[in-house]
Amino acid sequence: MKRLDAMRAIYPELERSVVVTIMGAVAAELQSLGHRPNFFYLQHAMGLASSLGLGIALARPGLPVVVLDGDGSLLMNLGGLTTLARYRPGNLTHVVFDNESLLSVGGFPTATSTGSDLAAIAAGAGVPRTATVRTLEEFRAAFTGALAAKELTTIVAKVEAVGPSGYVTDLSLLENRFQFQRYLREIATAAPRPRDDF
Amino acid sequence: MPVSVSSSTLIYSALKDAGVRIVSALPETWLVHLIRMAEEDPAMTLVRLAKEEEGVGISAGAHLAGVKSAMLMQNHGFLAAINGIVSCAQLYRIPLLMLISDRGGFGERDPWQTEGGGVTAHVLEALRIPVDRLDQPDQVGKKVAQAATLAGSASRPVALLLGRDLMWEDA
Repeated sequence: MKRLDAMRAIYPELERSVVVTIMGAVAAELQSLGHRPNFFYLQHAMGLASSLGLGIALARPGLPVVVLDGDGSLLMNLGGLTTLARYRPGNLTHVVFDNESLLSVGGFPTATSTGSDLAAIAAGAGVPRTATVRTLEEFRAAFTGALAAKELTTIVAKVEAVGPSGYVTDLSLLENRFQFQRYLREIATAAPRPRDDF
Repeated sequence: MPVSVSSSTLIYSALKDAGVRIVSALPETWLVHLIRMAEEDPAMTLVRLAKEEEGVGISAGAHLAGVKSAMLMQNHGFLAAINGIVSCAQLYRIPLLMLISDRGGFGERDPWQTEGGGVTAHVLEALRIPVDRLDQPDQVGKKVAQAATLAGSASRPVALLLGRDLMWEDA
């Protein structure tokens, strides 16, 4: 499974969610599928995407929040899984694209390449729903199941260690940040849309 | 416990007056009453962290979602949060209201606190983070309000150092 295909498979759901991604290939590939004002790309601060998603989920419990994480980033903030599990917001879905490497800095293998199991670590931390998936069909089913369950879920999606040729896009960091904040402010005052079932 | 309840109450009231609704924290002796107050307040969400750097992400998410927050930590918690402060809060212009119990100064009995206390102000300066000290109870309300105002207007982190004379009653 390629990460780009996995994100394409859930893009309709991402359009209707508040999405926080990590840096590098995830951010560039999601933008290649189509940037939306409800997508925020944390282009540095490795490990903090899940914490940032938790902050949104706690601040706005009525919004579906999706974090698109990676194995290298999550390994830098394993303690954060215990914090996610402690508050277990039902509106947070945590996807970890696990390519077993730090692709954007040359493919240095991470500990998931030698057996560390991030779904087991999440379950051990107390995350109530976890899964490891290897095919697009499994991924899509696990993701839509997590949204429907309205229970904190960590989905580890095993993906190939391939990505885009470059990571810098023409969307500036601050433009993205203020656009995203404005989007969250505007939906706080707007009438619910028909498809908002959260 | 000689941690000042009255000073903690003043600080907590000032945070409430500033509109803070989420507080992230790790346990630290001087912060024990503040953390308890946040936990017992139904209008406040207390997020107990595994490591202080997570608090930067939580405050960033809360800010983008329209909710004011504060971080409670000690010197070593601040030192543990620095990459997040730089590569999340400063890079993305996120206001952080950081209340740092300033251990390790004159009167400190715990040898393990003395190094962190000695470098905190210098590191804050190197990071260009505006900082003020809270040492007297009659300063608390005004200084917390001013710190929160600057964090919001500058959209940057600010720090308040909570001093021994304020937090500890048999100093």
